[in-house]
Amino acid sequence: MTLALRLTELEKTFPLKGGLFGGPRGHVHAVNPTSLEVRQGETLGIVGESGCGKSTLARMLVGLLPPTSGAIEIEGEPLSRADPAAFGRKIQYVFQDPISSLNPRKTIRQIMEAPLKHLHKMGAEQRAARISEIFAAVNLREEFLERYPHEFSGGQAQRIGIARALAAQARILILDEPVSALDVSVQAQVLNLLADLKTEFGLTYLFISHDLAVVEAVSDRVAVLYFGSVVELGPAERIFARPHHPYTKLLADSAPVVGRPLTAPEAKGTELPNPIDPPSGCAFHARCPRASEKCRQVTPELFDMGDGTQAACYHPVNTE
Amino acid sequence: MRDFLRLLARNQLALAGLIVLSAVVLLALVTPLLPLQAPNVTNTGDRFLPPFTEGHLLGTDHLGRDLFSRLMYGTRLSLAVGFAAAVIAAVLGAAIGILAGYYGGRTDNVIMRGVDMLMAFPYILLALAIVAALGPGLLNALVAVAAVNIPFFARNIRGITVGIAHKEFVDAARLSGMGDMRIMLGEVLPNVIPVIVIAMSTTVGWMILETAGLSFLGLGSQPPVADLGSMLGEARSALITNPHTSVVPGVMILIIVMAINLLGDGIRDALDPRLRSGALTRPMAATTVRRDGPVPEAREGALLDIRELQTQFHVKKRVYRAVGGVDLEVKPGECLGLIGESGSGKSVTALSVMGLVASPPGVITGGRVDYKGTDLIGARYEQLRTLRGREIAYIFQDPLATLHPLYKVGDQLIEAMTAHGRAPKEGARQKAIELLKSVRIPNAEKRIDSYPHEMSGGMRQRAGIAMALANDPEVIIADEPTTALDVTVQAQILSLLDDLRRSRGLAIIFITHDFGVVAQLCDRVAVMYAGRIVEEGPTAEVLATPAHPYTKRLIACVPELGEGRRKLAAIPGLPPPVDDLPPGCAFAPRCAKATPACTEPPIELMPFAGTRAVRCIHPENDAAAREAAE
Repeated sequence: MTLALRLTELEKTFPLKGGLFGGPRGHVHAVNPTSLEVRQGETLGIVGESGCGKSTLARMLVGLLPPTSGAIEIEGEPLSRADPAAFGRKIQYVFQDPISSLNPRKTIRQIMEAPLKHLHKMGAEQRAARISEIFAAVNLREEFLERYPHEFSGGQAQRIGIARALAAQARILILDEPVSALDVSVQAQVLNLLADLKTEFGLTYLFISHDLAVVEAVSDRVAVLYFGSVVELGPAERIFARPHHPYTKLLADSAPVVGRPLTAPEAKGTELPNPIDPPSGCAFHARCPRASEKCRQVTPELFDMGDGTQAACYHPVNTE
Repeated sequence: MRDFLRLLARNQLALAGLIVLSAVVLLALVTPLLPLQAPNVTNTGDRFLPPFTEGHLLGTDHLGRDLFSRLMYGTRLSLAVGFAAAVIAAVLGAAIGILAGYYGGRTDNVIMRGVDMLMAFPYILLALAIVAALGPGLLNALVAVAAVNIPFFARNIRGITVGIAHKEFVDAARLSGMGDMRIMLGEVLPNVIPVIVIAMSTTVGWMILETAGLSFLGLGSQPPVADLGSMLGEARSALITNPHTSVVPGVMILIIVMAINLLGDGIRDALDPRLRSGALTRPMAATTVRRDGPVPEAREGALLDIRELQTQFHVKKRVYRAVGGVDLEVKPGECLGLIGESGSGKSVTALSVMGLVASPPGVITGGRVDYKGTDLIGARYEQLRTLRGREIAYIFQDPLATLHPLYKVGDQLIEAMTAHGRAPKEGARQKAIELLKSVRIPNAEKRIDSYPHEMSGGMRQRAGIAMALANDPEVIIADEPTTALDVTVQAQILSLLDDLRRSRGLAIIFITHDFGVVAQLCDRVAVMYAGRIVEEGPTAEVLATPAHPYTKRLIACVPELGEGRRKLAAIPGLPPPVDDLPPGCAFAPRCAKATPACTEPPIELMPFAGTRAVRCIHPENDAAAREAAE
């Protein structure tokens, strides 16, 4: 099976701004060294709470942020330099806020033409043909092309964003919370469109979201991110139904579900660890009911859990 | 563009400025074509002729040159130099600003510190130094005036660019293969042009003055060529004996600069998005009430009773019926969920209760909000104010926006308590700490002295809830209080609210778009669509057997955890715009069960299966629900 995407020990730290002279005061570890493989045609879901590094990871994958260390390989070819133009033909990004990802002073046609012009050097006729083709694929009327972004609803604008990503002819799409700004009735429209496009064009998706139910509904595999590290990775139908990492369990228990009584699944008032001064060992140990001395000292790696799932935990739950 | 002109025309002073300036510019343009006397021909025999002399409409100057002719040519030159300087300063300043703002970091630092150094000199001193270095002459004066004004543009444009350079569409352009240069010209520049125009319109007048100043000092235009400044300078010695020689160019400078400044202010007001979005229209302390129909009676037994509430937004000639007749009631200790998509009117309903809808443009046009026998809609502002926060309190979605960033959380809590005169100042701090503890903020004694930005999102929302609880209200209206929070934090906040209502007997109106949250927290739920309640009833029943087709299909759209990979149901189309509602059922155009009868008004909220109500003539699960009721 061919790999669409392979990350090897990909890491990102941000220097903290120091004084007028002298170096930085320290570093924020946004993404700890992470290795991941995404197969061709797969949808890998990435879930995590705010500040867990999922957007930083996504921005590195499309070349908008240079990684501190590690390597990205797309369809077998390594990409060493953070250059969005080099990445753009292979991997594209769909933004969370559909309206602000479209320049308010450009018509939709100008926006759609940019990747065709700059990434593929197409002539005017070719561009027009390609745009009609893509617009048909995402169910948008061609009369929209002469309008400006503010004339569109969120759902329509997100379709334009998806159309732009498709125009670049990339075969991997990073979907960064593509539906969280949309209403539920529209959200389903966009999610179904994404599923149709995937079969039609043979795309590979990286689907980033904080909504567990949405991720579960669209993904083949899911990676759970906590504090810059993958803590659990497994098939979508199993990962929340039988979580192994206590954090995944906490997430699954916190999601409001019709018919489940309201309980606070966690002790009151716990706060996230400080990214400037990360805790030693497992980043989750302070919130974890199963934490032991080992957890406080040694960072666990991803262990095989025997059912196709991997979890970075010394004391996993739900094991036989 | 037409909008811009209309906005500009509304400002009468700006319009006057535009007319005067256009006239002056037009005259300056056609000056060489007019039958004027040669401006530079001296005739010492006719020196200092007064105005209205034959052949010399405005008289002559100390060398006997025709003042009218010199004035026209001088105006032409001054305008040309002023505009040229403005354009040069704007182009260079904008270029510097965009470069600094776009690249940021060290580039920004180096460029902007250079600009700061330029700004540190008094402008006239700097201009004098530049002219001294280059030598006197109109062209050098122009260079000096432009150079002096570059920092102003650079700083303005840089600030705007920094904001734009981090927008998502710039990232998108990068991913479309555009280089830095292309992005700056193609993506950033179109978005800063309004700012450049505003800055130019407010500085052109100033630049004309500065050029005149340099010419007045003899550093600008050189004799015998006239510009307004040099005319003034030459007339200086005859100021007392022949005042008309200085009054004539002086009045022209006054006219030009006044016209430009009035027009500039108008342009700024019309173009500035902040002003256009209504920052200048100060909303009133309570929503305007204009009820035409009779005020409905309150029902028995409810603590807060909303009857036939109608709230509209009047924007220009359009009427947006955000809330079109809503009935809701909540009893003590009860939690009512109000669910709907964006634009369904759920927030406006909530804000109307206490008259918090911004007026203008909001108007409450009908209905009654009854709280313990008082009609809040008709209540006087003083009465509303004593009830706000004390009897009925709000929790909003974004606590960062509702807490004041410059005051400590504790001080804001204390203010909330003392504003109603309920707590003495001394005990207030202790009470604030207790409040923070009651919303389970760890380490409350220390946290009370934190600023909002020092807290995490979950902690801030707890502080927001503490604030709502500060005066022991009877009713809390929570408008999507957990939407901005992570799921683990949301679970904590929801269980906190649930505990509070059980322990304090609070009535809660909980506004959300999340069925999972409603199911866990609320006793009853009301579903809103296009400004009206379409279904209402006990939560469990509504969720299990939704009666309105909209409710049923909306529930089907929401993926639930634990169901695995699947295709989701979607509702085709969009909700109707509330300024153009269809007659009859607003959902009919999207509904698979719609019949011609559905488009005939009015469709009332009808009782359904005992405790429920539905606004539909073809309800779902009709038989099943009836059975369950029996």
